[in-house]
Amino acid sequence: MSTPTSSRVAVALRARELGIVLALVALVVVTAVVNPLFLSGQSLRDLVLAAAILVVMAAGQTVVVITRNIDLSVGSVLGLSAYAVGSLLEAAPGTPVVVAVLVGIVIGGALGLVNGALVRFGNVPALVVTLGTLYVFRGVAFLWAGGQQINADELPGGFLAFGTATVLGVPWLIVIAAVVVIVTGYVLRNHRSGRELYAMGSDPAAARLAGIPVGRRTLAAFAVSGACAGLAGVLFAARFGTVDAAAGTGYELNVVAAVVVGGVAVFGGSGTAYGAAIGALLLTTIGSALPVLGIDQFWQQAIVGALILLAIGTDRAVAARVAARLRKESSRV
Amino acid sequence: MDQVPLLAVASVAKSFGAVAAVRDVSFPLHAGEIHALVGENGAGKSTIVKMLAGVHRPDTGRILLDGRPLELASPADAISEGIAVIYQEPTLFPDLSVAENIVMGRQPRRSLGRVDHRAASRLAADLFVRLGVAIDPGRPARGLSIADQQIVEIAKALSREARVIVMDEPTAALSGVEVERLFAVARSLRDGGAALLFISHRFEEITALCDRVTIMRDGRHVSTDPLDAIGVDEIVRRMVGRPLDTLFPKREVPVGDVVLEVEGLSRAGVFRDVSFQVRAGEIVALAGLVGAGRSEVVQAVFGVDPRDGGTVRVGGTVLRAGSPRAAMAAGIALVPEDRRQQGLVLEASIERNATSTRWRSLARFGLLVGGAERRSAAEWTARLQTKYARLDDPVARLSGGNQQKVVLAKWLSTAPRVLIVDEPTRGIDVGTKAEVHRLLSDLATDGVAIVMVSSELPEVLGMADRVLVMREGHLVAEIARSDANEESVMRAATGQVAA
Amino acid sequence: MSDLMKRFTGWDAAILAVLVLFVIVAGLVVPDFATGRNASFMVLDLAPVLLIALPMTLIIVTGEIDLSVASTLGLSSAVMGALWDGGMSIEVIIPICLVLGAVLGAVNGLFITGFGLPSLAVTIGTLALYRGLAFVVLGDRAVAQFPGSYTEWVIGSSAGIPNLVWPLLVLLLVFGTVLHATPLGRSLFTMGAGVDAARFSGIRVARTKFWLYVVCGAVAALAGVLWTLRYSSARADNGTGLELAVVAAVLLGGVSIFGGRGTLWGVLGGVMLLAAVQNALRLADVSNEALQVVTGLLLIVSVLAPNAVGAIRSAVARRRRRPPPPAPAAPPEPLPVSSDPSPSPAVRSS
Repeated sequence: MSTPTSSRVAVALRARELGIVLALVALVVVTAVVNPLFLSGQSLRDLVLAAAILVVMAAGQTVVVITRNIDLSVGSVLGLSAYAVGSLLEAAPGTPVVVAVLVGIVIGGALGLVNGALVRFGNVPALVVTLGTLYVFRGVAFLWAGGQQINADELPGGFLAFGTATVLGVPWLIVIAAVVVIVTGYVLRNHRSGRELYAMGSDPAAARLAGIPVGRRTLAAFAVSGACAGLAGVLFAARFGTVDAAAGTGYELNVVAAVVVGGVAVFGGSGTAYGAAIGALLLTTIGSALPVLGIDQFWQQAIVGALILLAIGTDRAVAARVAARLRKESSRV
Repeated sequence: MDQVPLLAVASVAKSFGAVAAVRDVSFPLHAGEIHALVGENGAGKSTIVKMLAGVHRPDTGRILLDGRPLELASPADAISEGIAVIYQEPTLFPDLSVAENIVMGRQPRRSLGRVDHRAASRLAADLFVRLGVAIDPGRPARGLSIADQQIVEIAKALSREARVIVMDEPTAALSGVEVERLFAVARSLRDGGAALLFISHRFEEITALCDRVTIMRDGRHVSTDPLDAIGVDEIVRRMVGRPLDTLFPKREVPVGDVVLEVEGLSRAGVFRDVSFQVRAGEIVALAGLVGAGRSEVVQAVFGVDPRDGGTVRVGGTVLRAGSPRAAMAAGIALVPEDRRQQGLVLEASIERNATSTRWRSLARFGLLVGGAERRSAAEWTARLQTKYARLDDPVARLSGGNQQKVVLAKWLSTAPRVLIVDEPTRGIDVGTKAEVHRLLSDLATDGVAIVMVSSELPEVLGMADRVLVMREGHLVAEIARSDANEESVMRAATGQVAA
Repeated sequence: MSDLMKRFTGWDAAILAVLVLFVIVAGLVVPDFATGRNASFMVLDLAPVLLIALPMTLIIVTGEIDLSVASTLGLSSAVMGALWDGGMSIEVIIPICLVLGAVLGAVNGLFITGFGLPSLAVTIGTLALYRGLAFVVLGDRAVAQFPGSYTEWVIGSSAGIPNLVWPLLVLLLVFGTVLHATPLGRSLFTMGAGVDAARFSGIRVARTKFWLYVVCGAVAALAGVLWTLRYSSARADNGTGLELAVVAAVLLGGVSIFGGRGTLWGVLGGVMLLAAVQNALRLADVSNEALQVVTGLLLIVSVLAPNAVGAIRSAVARRRRRPPPPAPAAPPEPLPVSSDPSPSPAVRSS
């Protein structure tokens, strides 16, 4: 009896990501039928470029959500990191791009550690902590910028080129996003620490009983999410060339939506970085497809909200059905 | 047995606040034995288990492994010392695969520290073969039956080469076949040289499985003996520590009309076609093994749980399904099984808890002002002789017995016609037990119809006018007081056909 | 009366003390703070937060949360603007907005109590959905020119007391009475502290929570109407981010984020403290951005502080209780005399 159950369950789980892929394909096809230009190289390239930043953040958020936490501060972390890196490059135009990227990652990681420390040592729900730091980090960015805006002509050309440069014909942004997703997905799937994150989200009390260092892993998860948001800040600066303190405002909603739509359970314990990346791609595609389809751009946010509700509702329904089936097929001697 | 025991509990003591849960308990656990640990609820068995598991640290005394004192600061320490604890409700990760649950924390790895999922699956499959069970290592743990979850826990212990395996009431929720399978596994572990500590309330299981038995009472060690040197009667006598008959002041009461009628009550997968009647002044016991569906039946009668079919009548009027409020209005009260979760809000005050069933009747013009709650709480806690410092104290501060009195006060203040009590004396001290039993008798004398779910046979036999026995979701026997004895009830509960 | 005194000890009292202290200090240090004109402004500023904090307190007491309130406010404002633009009369528009708010709340309630989804996830979803719908309704337009009689009443005052004080006071009393002096209020605390115990006491948990969300939606919509009238401007982005201020004020007021504990009087203190701090900082020419930092920090501190206090308290208690370390290899103590009359056969096998 063993194989049929396992394969069917595996199918049920994989179907979750497959469903998103199908939705994505359907959307692209419909849009392309309405306007074939949607499938042109330039258009697709813009689409994936636009998705890259969201994909990076979604990968980081996945790590946190899997542990049954949430990080709402990512948009503000992006803003702070983008402005910091912008200021650095403005002051020292000779800074190599690699250093700029690392600075963004370190700043984001540090802010993430602040979140993690508050959650771990304060014994406070992540929701409240990161809702608070969402505003604190954003406020700090505003105070620092003081209404200043860093424009493209103030940034070194080498850095701006990085926003459009390609390697083997693929834009750097896309390469970076792909690497982040693959590394995150790989560690989550294949490393002890990754598996322990799933265990923590699946049953926090049991994780403690099993001797998993829950506190350390929580800190690490938030640090990763922060670092990803910090990296996203650098990508943001490179891509748009213009940075002010408001960069990334409201991104947290899109990130959470991408993760949830991509099949990462809000109750923790399941989901993959790949799914979250596909979710991010789907959300971005919706944004690009709306004008092509002649739908008012203002629908974008409403659709994001509806997708969140749809995703968590579907997941709950599917989970209930799978659980019922598993119970029925549970081995009886 | 002169050699150094594999594990020795040496003069351990543990107190929680003012309550001494375990006082100066010592006993040895040898390799290659299955050792029973018995005692009434509240005797301190689970505190011993938690000390072995590294959850609690003993206040005084030590735990020795191979004669070496252990310092178990956390569950991880116990695991690394080779002590595995299998709880009644296993603690698996529902979202992860069975294989992954088994290897969590010590996954087999390949180069670059990658987890070798395939090796983990093979390991799990091998363990299951060794245990003689068919569980798919690749399926998620969610949805496994309790019995299978326990097997997974045992496999986990085996994979860690645990030498001491503690099973805390593992059979409580298992069916007969599942118990047999578990026993076979336990015996093979013993024959492999492990030491097993087996906690159970079922004497037939203890005599069938165990080699020696340690008896605890009121947090103290009473005795440790080979099982063939001590009979069940003697075990019971030592556990209880007093002659049984003084406990139950059951009075003969003339029975009145039928008050509660349950007809064809069913809930898919839980219980089926349960019908019974209870008359005014009658105490009807609902007996059976844990997991037979007794609590689920009374919870469906009260409306807290859903039901698929059947009717409940109170005084001839059909009760709306799934509505505790309708049940309360009809005069049903339910003192639930889990006092700390279902009966009380532990952080709330005694006053709030004792009045939580009757705020609406205490309110004047919809408002709760002027001390009506305080008067009601004071009156009913006094009637039940509850001991407390102030009515504003959180109910968590009271002892188990006094907490139970608050639950009873909460429900008796609604002046019920039908009182359902689920394990009314679980985990409370002997003196309060007697008080509760007297109270139930008094209520029956006043014409209340009482349904008592109880796993303690002496209580069932001592208190009940009639005994209804459930097994695996079915009502299998109705035994009159005159015919009820340990044998007849246990036979019906375990499904053995009378000889 | 002693009961009332007890209620004002602990966190509530601390918040009120901090509030009084802050008002005194700010009155001395910040010019123009202690003026009647400024007080009226403060009332206008805190009105939407206080309004939404009332039902939010009830929801958090039951252990849930509603993050969609600011979006409900925005959607209500947008619909009000669109209908006014379409020529409908204000007397019809306002009830429509309130009903709309109730419906939006009912959607939250349905997802949370009907489908059993976590309120956090659901209301993050509706936060996006309702705000998005507001933009769908009104785009980035602003609708102005609402009838003067209404807008002037909202910002006006009589005998030195802002008009808005009266409806706020009435609602405060209604919600305070419901929470602290009715069977319903008692049951909210009960379900927040122990859902199972609440169900086993005959409390209708799901139904009650559903209606709380309906009320919360309606009140948030009312806040949207007031907001629109106050600024005489209906915009889709009205009140963006207000959910933070509301949640911060409620938690600052001593309501436990885990449910089961808190008072509405404490929340009133929290709302006023937040408003006073923001107002004083603004008068002191501190930028809006710094205010964000302050609000965020207050939110974090207000959830950290009770835990920190509890941790310190229990650490102190543990130190006092800890018995002397066990002497190694101590001889077994004689068994305490048992209260149990039966002989205890202490047969130990060897």
